[in-house]
Amino acid sequence: MTTATLRQLGRLGGKGLLHGGWIGAVLAAAILAGICIGETAIPPETVLKTLANRLFGAGFVLDRIDQGIVWNYRLTRAIIAACCGASLAVAGVILQSLLRNALAEPYLLGISAGASTGAVLVTVAGLGAGAVSMSAGALAGALSAFLLVALLSRASGGGTGPRAAGQIVLAGIAGSQLFNALTAFIITRSASAEQARGIMFWLLGNLSGARWDNVAAAVPVALAVTLVCLWQARSLDAFTFGVDSALSLGVPVRRLQALLILAAALATAVMVSIVGSVGFVGLVVPHAARFLVGVRHSRLVPASALMGALFLIAADVVSRIAVPGQVLPIGVVTALVGAPVFAVILIRRRPAR
Amino acid sequence: MLECQQLGWSTRGQSILRAVDLRVRQGETLGLIGPNGSGKSTLMRLLAGVLTPSAGAVRLEGRDLASLRRREIAQAMALVEQQAETADRITVRDAVELGRTPWLSALRPWGAEDDAIVRSALEVVEMSGFAERDWLTLSGGERQRVHIARALAQRPRILLLDIHHQLGILQLVARLLVTTVIALHDLNQAMGCDRLGVLHQGQLVALGTPAEILTPSLLRDVFGVRATFLTDPADGSRIIRFHPLS
Repeated sequence: MTTATLRQLGRLGGKGLLHGGWIGAVLAAAILAGICIGETAIPPETVLKTLANRLFGAGFVLDRIDQGIVWNYRLTRAIIAACCGASLAVAGVILQSLLRNALAEPYLLGISAGASTGAVLVTVAGLGAGAVSMSAGALAGALSAFLLVALLSRASGGGTGPRAAGQIVLAGIAGSQLFNALTAFIITRSASAEQARGIMFWLLGNLSGARWDNVAAAVPVALAVTLVCLWQARSLDAFTFGVDSALSLGVPVRRLQALLILAAALATAVMVSIVGSVGFVGLVVPHAARFLVGVRHSRLVPASALMGALFLIAADVVSRIAVPGQVLPIGVVTALVGAPVFAVILIRRRPAR
Repeated sequence: MLECQQLGWSTRGQSILRAVDLRVRQGETLGLIGPNGSGKSTLMRLLAGVLTPSAGAVRLEGRDLASLRRREIAQAMALVEQQAETADRITVRDAVELGRTPWLSALRPWGAEDDAIVRSALEVVEMSGFAERDWLTLSGGERQRVHIARALAQRPRILLLDIHHQLGILQLVARLLVTTVIALHDLNQAMGCDRLGVLHQGQLVALGTPAEILTPSLLRDVFGVRATFLTDPADGSRIIRFHPLS
C-alpha cells in the first residue's frame, strides 16, 4: 500500500469521524428533545441530571417519578424510535437501489406484513415452542414475503424496466394483503380477546412497549445495516444504469443482492417485532434525503439514516401530544405524512417522456 | 485476447445464438453486422460476461470468464449498452466516475489519479464542457458519448460497444487505441472496421475484412437487399446503396 493511499485513507477516516461527530450530536439533541416534550413536559435540566445520575452516579436529588419516566419510559422510546427510523430508511434506500424502483420500501412491498405474520406465529400461535425468538420468526416472515413478491412480480412480466416498477408494487399489495389476512387469521384463531386487542394496537406501530432489552437489540441492528450499506455505497451507485451495467462495472450482483436484501429484511424484522409495522418511513425519508444530498450513496445512506431517526423521533412526539390523554399509534402519524408523499411520487413518475 | 468457442445461448427453449467461434485480435476494431434479431446484442452480452453461456465458453486472455471475478473482468473489459438509462438526477461527471468502480474498494478510496482519469475520459469524447450538466438534459448522442467516457474510465483493454446513434463513432473509436468489438447498424460504417463478423439467425456465417464480407451476394442472402457500390470522388472511399430485391 502506497503512502498516497494511506494518506487518502487517513483523510477518509478523519472525515468519517468529523461527520460521525456532528451526526451524533444532532441525534443526541433530538433524543433529548424527544424526552422533554410530552403530555407532562420535563425540563431539560431534570433530564440531564437523570442521565448523569444513571450513567455516572452523579447523585443529584430528583423526583423518583420524573427520573423513572425519563430513564425507563421516554429515553428508551426515543432511542427505539431513532433506531427504527434509521433502519427502515436505510432498508428503503437498499430496496430502491437494487430494484431500480422509486416506490420500493419494506412496508409497500409487504416485507413488514410478512414480518408481522412471522412474529405473530411465534408469539401467539406458539410456533417453535419457545425455542424460536420473535425476531427470528419475523425475519423468516419478512424473507418469505420478499421472495413471494419478487417471484410474483417476475411471473407477471416484471424485470427492472419501467413496466416492472408498477408490477412490483402490485405484487407488494397482493403480498401485504395476503400476509395481513394470515396475521388476522392467526390472531382470531389463537389469541384471547385481551391479547388480540394488544396485538392489533402493536401492529399499527406502537412504541409504548419499548424497554431497555429492546434497545440492546435495536441499536446494533440499526448500526449494522447502516454500516453495511455504507460499505457497499459504491456498488449501489453502480446500479444507476441498471443491473447489466452494474455487472459490467464489476459488481458481484447476486452476492450483493443477497447480502443487502438480507440486511434490509433483518432490519425490518427486528423493528417490526419491537414496534410493529410502521409504514412509509422507507419511502418518504430516502426521497427527502435525495432531494437534499443527491443520489450518491456515500452521502445518501448516512443522510437517510439520520433523517429517518429524526423523523421517527418527531413522529413519536406528535403521536404522544396530538390527542390529549391518548397515544396515537406511530404508524398512523407516519402514514398521514407518507400517503400524500407516495401520491406525489406516483404522479411525478408518469411514463417518462 | 478475447475468444469464444462453440458459444451458444438459449432462453425459454428458444435458441438465440448457436456455435459461435470468434477470436478478437489485439488492437483491432471488429465490427459485428447482421439484421435485427440476428443475435448481435446477445453475443456482445455473452462476451462481456453479463449473460452466462448455455453452451461453449468465453475466454479472456486465455482464462475462462466463468472462473474470473467480476472485478477482474471489469478491469479488463468495458461494455457500453444502448438501453442503459436512468431517472436519477446525476451529473455527467457522476456517470463517468462510475467507471472507476472496479478499481476502488474500502482500502483503495477515490484519489487524485481517479480525478485525472475521469477528466481525460471526458476529453477524449469531447464532453469536458458538459461535466456538471444534468444527465436528463443530454441528447441521445451526448448520453452515448458519456457512456463511452464511463467505459474508458474503466481503463479497459477491450471495449465492447452496442449502441445506436453511430455518426462519427468509428472515428472516435479509432482514436481510442483500444481493442474494440462494435455491433454496427449502418453497413456503410462497417467499411471502417479492420474485420467484420456477420451474424444471421443466431450463427456467425462469415468473418473477414470488409472487402471480403461486403459483397452483393452476401448482402442479398443475409440482409435481403440488392446493393450497388459507388465510389466517392472526394476521397475514393466506397459507399453502398441499397435497393429492394425485386
